[in-house]
Amino acid sequence: MAWTRKDLLGLEELSKEEIEFILATAASFKEVSTREIKKVPALRGKTVVNLFYEPSTRTRVSFEVAAKRLSADVINIATETSSVKKGETLIDTGRNIEALKADIIVVRHNCSGASAMLARHVGISVVNAGDGWHEHPTQALLDIFTLKEKLGRIEGLNVSIVGDIAHSRVARSNIWGLTKLGAKVTVCAPKTLIPPGIEQMGANVTNDIDEALRNADAVNVLRMQFERDETAVFPEQLEYFKRFGITEERLQKARKNIIVMHPGPINRGIEMSSEVADGVNSVILEQVTNGIAVRMSVLFLVAQARDNIKKNENIN
Amino acid sequence: MREKAKILDKEAISRALMRIAHEVMEKNKGIKDLCLIGMRTRGAYLAKRLGGCIEKIDQATVPVGILDITLYRDDLTLIAAQPIVHKTEIDFDITDKNVVLVDDVLYTGRTVRAALDALIDFGRPKSIQLAVLVDRGHRELPIRADYVGKNIPTAQNETVEVQLEEVDGRDEVVIVEK
Repeated sequence: MAWTRKDLLGLEELSKEEIEFILATAASFKEVSTREIKKVPALRGKTVVNLFYEPSTRTRVSFEVAAKRLSADVINIATETSSVKKGETLIDTGRNIEALKADIIVVRHNCSGASAMLARHVGISVVNAGDGWHEHPTQALLDIFTLKEKLGRIEGLNVSIVGDIAHSRVARSNIWGLTKLGAKVTVCAPKTLIPPGIEQMGANVTNDIDEALRNADAVNVLRMQFERDETAVFPEQLEYFKRFGITEERLQKARKNIIVMHPGPINRGIEMSSEVADGVNSVILEQVTNGIAVRMSVLFLVAQARDNIKKNENIN
Repeated sequence: MREKAKILDKEAISRALMRIAHEVMEKNKGIKDLCLIGMRTRGAYLAKRLGGCIEKIDQATVPVGILDITLYRDDLTLIAAQPIVHKTEIDFDITDKNVVLVDDVLYTGRTVRAALDALIDFGRPKSIQLAVLVDRGHRELPIRADYVGKNIPTAQNETVEVQLEEVDGRDEVVIVEK
């Protein structure tokens, strides 16, 4: 198959084949980061702009490292210090970035659908680095990549996602991606943090952590975003750890080789104990490493697709 | 696409590789510090076979690696079908080694140019030599092969197709007219 999308906005609109193509390309890119000179000239002369409307360190740095390993030039815009503060709209900012002849905008925004709207208004590539509660496609792709690397397949796996499902774009992207590739997904959270309609996405729902862990090949533990707590749907932190926190004791009752993932940053002693975070089942740091390969793959593919679109426009 | 002429058959390919193996060992005075790196796709299999030939002659193995140059090409966007990025597999240090780069067909020289860039990123070899099964001419860069299986003069509207057992199910080299 050939990759033809100039943007990566979410996993919902991707086919199984497209997801597998990104993962296969990422597998080839992983080797680049093991070299002494960790750089290839694939995106030489291209400019990547990281446009982040929300605080982010790991995703932004991961995209920056990925772009630099492809020899692209990278510009970071943190909106607190930009014209956004003066009232510039997202579309205007995007058009200005396009006028600077940048090639890819990596955008993080607190509104669901922001990246899709931006993509409709600019001709350059847009990569969604998280939009509101909607999707965070590259995080899900790196989670799936890590699972596939560890277990050799996705089809038929039982994957449980634990935590604040309601406010989680990571959960949504993971559910889309995993179910398309044939995994069985179970979400587990306090009732107040289960969004209505999640079953229609193809996920089973439980409020019992031990049940979520029982037959799971992997558990993806989401960060509890207590800083977002404005609606009193959040339980008290210790209470949450008692009922939903992943501990050694709970893992004892799960499959021996269960894989523990977390998109970071971890709240130790809230979502999981330190022993689990640093334990043999944890692949949390491998996820970070794999994130580079996955993002290199995405940047490379969207840049190429846009070059092909431009070339065809010139011919016609 | 019309097949115009068959240039090499199975036996001719293996004889050419055996001769190249001898030439490589002659030029490098044995196999000390020697390594072979094949360029995907077919060059990788040729490198493996060449390694087998050397092993037959010398009863010793030389390291063989695989190079994918997709990320180093200067014509990425000119290729109609999207190139797929494959893994580079070089699990030995090439610094101070005599590297023999192996490819199936030498044509414009642009692929070799890209491969040289890629190799330099992996280390600083003592030398880089080039072995190809077929040299069909029409160079666009100052590049030449050190070892050639067969020189085949071609027209620009022809292509040389190398088919190998490992990928294509049979061994042969043919000229095809577009």
